[in-house]
Amino acid sequence: MSPPTDNAFAVAPKPLDNIEAVTIRFAGDSGDGMQLAGTQFSDTSALVGNDIATLPDFPAEIRAPAGTLAGVSGYQIQFSSQDIFTPGDAVDTLIAMNPAALRVNVNDLRPGGIVIVNEDAFVEKDIRKAGFSANPLEDDTLARFTVHRVKINSMTEKAVEGLGLSNREAGRCKNMFALGLVYWLYDRPLDATLNFIAAKFAKVPNVAKANTRALKAGHAFGETAEMFASHYHVDKARLAPGTYRKITGNEAAALGLITASRLAGRDLLYASYPITPASDILHEISRLKKTGAMTFQAEDEIAAVGAAIGASFAGLLGATGTSGPGVALKSEAIGLAVMTELPLVIVDVQRGGPSTGLPTKTEQADLFQAVFGRNSECPVVVLAPCTPADCFQTVIDAFRLAVRYMTPVMVLSDGYLANGAEPWRFPKLADLEPIRIPAAGQNGHEHFLPYERNADLSRPWALPGTPGLEHRIGGLEKEDVTGNVSYDPANHEHMVRLRAEKVSRAHIEGRELIWYGDDSGDLLLVGWGSTYGAIAASVRRARKKGLKVSHCHLRGLNPLPAGLGEKMKKFRKVLVPELNLGQLCLILRARFLVDARELSKVQGQPFTISDITSGIDAALEEK
Amino acid sequence: MSANTKAADVPVLQPKDFASDQDVRWCPGCGDYSILAQVKKVLAKIGARPEKTVFISGIGCSSRFPYYMNTYGFHSIHGRAPTFATGVKVANPELSVWIATGDGDGLSIGGNHLMHVIRRNVDVNILLFNNRIYGLTKGQYSPTSEHGKKTKSSPMGTVEWPVRPLSIALGAEATFAARAIDVDVKHLEYVLERAATHRGTSFVEIYQNCNIFNDGAYGYATDRTAKPDNVIYLEHGKPLTFGRDAAKGIRLHNLRPEVVNVEEVGPDDLLIHDEQAREPSLAYMLSRMRYPEFPEPVGVFRCVDAPCFDTQVRDQVREAQAKAGDLDFDSIIAGPETWTVA
Repeated sequence: MSPPTDNAFAVAPKPLDNIEAVTIRFAGDSGDGMQLAGTQFSDTSALVGNDIATLPDFPAEIRAPAGTLAGVSGYQIQFSSQDIFTPGDAVDTLIAMNPAALRVNVNDLRPGGIVIVNEDAFVEKDIRKAGFSANPLEDDTLARFTVHRVKINSMTEKAVEGLGLSNREAGRCKNMFALGLVYWLYDRPLDATLNFIAAKFAKVPNVAKANTRALKAGHAFGETAEMFASHYHVDKARLAPGTYRKITGNEAAALGLITASRLAGRDLLYASYPITPASDILHEISRLKKTGAMTFQAEDEIAAVGAAIGASFAGLLGATGTSGPGVALKSEAIGLAVMTELPLVIVDVQRGGPSTGLPTKTEQADLFQAVFGRNSECPVVVLAPCTPADCFQTVIDAFRLAVRYMTPVMVLSDGYLANGAEPWRFPKLADLEPIRIPAAGQNGHEHFLPYERNADLSRPWALPGTPGLEHRIGGLEKEDVTGNVSYDPANHEHMVRLRAEKVSRAHIEGRELIWYGDDSGDLLLVGWGSTYGAIAASVRRARKKGLKVSHCHLRGLNPLPAGLGEKMKKFRKVLVPELNLGQLCLILRARFLVDARELSKVQGQPFTISDITSGIDAALEEK
Repeated sequence: MSANTKAADVPVLQPKDFASDQDVRWCPGCGDYSILAQVKKVLAKIGARPEKTVFISGIGCSSRFPYYMNTYGFHSIHGRAPTFATGVKVANPELSVWIATGDGDGLSIGGNHLMHVIRRNVDVNILLFNNRIYGLTKGQYSPTSEHGKKTKSSPMGTVEWPVRPLSIALGAEATFAARAIDVDVKHLEYVLERAATHRGTSFVEIYQNCNIFNDGAYGYATDRTAKPDNVIYLEHGKPLTFGRDAAKGIRLHNLRPEVVNVEEVGPDDLLIHDEQAREPSLAYMLSRMRYPEFPEPVGVFRCVDAPCFDTQVRDQVREAQAKAGDLDFDSIIAGPETWTVA
């Protein structure tokens, strides 16, 4: 890359230091383009071969008042030459576009860390708005850190001069200046972002040119300015050989649904009502109509699940996606799918609650809702992906179980998985096992029997349009075998037990849990869902220290993996880290009579590795 | 309808061929029996096939309808039948999809979905059995009960005002909106056949007598002596007349309907019914005409052509597929950017 300066030759290259892993965070106003800068940095880091893990963290308001603490949007990424599990505990480098961004994020910076501040934004009014009594750049607020004061606003304005941009348009390029500077600091190429700019602003060439200039100007500033003594290089990660892409949890869920449809040979209808943080699944599938996938933006959550069930009744793969409040609204319809025994996949991208709660923040508090949250005895299968890319495999598993057992399956993703990104060694379609659907027929009976069961206790999926298989289903209790409406007391208990037994068999063989460590010891950590990375990293550290700690991560939550009780009983203690008040822990205690203990965090933020490490230490210390 | 065929090799079905083996469990004397009979008659007449016909319902007396049809059927949850029907129709636009609903199911708990299924013009036939009372829950007032109606839940009379189902359907841009009366069987059959053959959402309000909880609610429209003065049969292109010997008519005066004596004003002054008018304003005005101030129109209020939701959803997918050509599915999984680790 050539910096856009005519006398670049005058500058001697600065030293390049090799380091293993870095955590950086871009922070600014929600209109400052921090999510875009962070995404671009992640894309580039993945493309140069680092392992990455990301944590976008933004407010629910689209544009909170400028300069306020409420409006601060952040994007954290850890990139490494090693296999990493989390977006990082402490931040090595913070880019703060204004005083509010500095105030909200500075406590996460490690002592000695780098903070790059947009000096132009540190004016009296915004300093006060951020709650500082004095300019933090002038007192000892930042004494523990290496502070670089960069006039990002004015240098960006200068870089884009002469392109005929309004002040507002020029100001919007400042994220690219900051990104360019950080690219220099961590020795990243500009190509991917330059290509992105060219494609995104193809129709507005002067805006494309302005962003390009700002990006290059930031990069050149790093190289030429006196303030940076050296910069850093992070080698390629030693990932398993293969072809990779970057993927977020929502992208992976969308791809998984479409792929399941291919594997089953049935069209997909994804019906959904927009809700944070699940909407991107709807956007992604809508964009991929060329695969044959159909989407339906329904009038509400109930209509979305209704349409998915209707589509399923008529032979499609019916799926819906939402977040916790949406699941609450869909509950009655999910009960109908349990009663009518139709396949259905519900992706619940969990967020902080109750009620509207924290729409853009992560939480794992819908486990009870997924397992128990419907009237009467109403079992569904519940699965949970453990990384962003794992959402792909999990929704395919969900459909495999849904059509085999003719049952709704709930997939518990969350905001952290949905928006977080990681490198993914993606499979080819031919590598994936087809989804087989048992044929429905009259089986020699005079009338088709819609509730006759196969060896899996599953009823036939007979599609409207097929002569001879006409039948009626509904929410009233069914007579076994015939499916006729029945109020018979013994039949009801029989059917309740039958539905429970059927779902209790719906295991995802071989993928129900991930185990790390010995099968007995002092402490077993049992986790589920998005806490995988933090638990895995902490357990590895603990074992390096010689502690007898193992990790069991559940992908199947209902039914629970076979033999789980015996596995837990081989440990002196069981600790269950969850982003809720101990929901899985309660289920494990009730089901297996083990003295499992909670490790809870309910702050809308994922566990850090040190959160779990402290939990491990405390559990082992306690006699 | 695409689902209906009369090919020579397909046996001609009789109305009874559409009956399931289940005993009908509506109260003796209920208006629903007549509706069930006319629906079966119409299906036989238009050459419908049981395997290509789906009845979907919500909750309530009317919603037991699918159990009595030897077709595919789905008795769903309260108010949500249009949502399931939308999914079925998108899954297979070849199917003839019918929704049986009532004034409580369709207009109270399911009001939202009713509006949207009509707005989208999903190719389904909606039969709204309007008995102006909650039957299955044993006699509470409904969204179409008249103001002041005394019921178990309104012993001093309800203080709510009724909605008019056809006004709501037309407000939601219904491409087909009609009304019929349970005991007026020939006319009911005619309206059902029109609904069945319309492409797009067909909305039919059926005046249905609940002889247990609201007997005689439509006496003014069904009693042989009262009926001629209280009912207008709408016919496309014909003037609006009613009463014995069609002596009375409706004309527009200051944008309002007005009952006139045909002999006095002459036939040229009368309002001519136009079910195909692009603007539904006149149809809406007709939907507002209420006994006793006006005779109540029955027949087809509106019937216009418009693209259907279900086929458009399919068309968009086909268009995207055609544009993409031979799709390499692995390139979809790979996404726009990949890198290789050796």
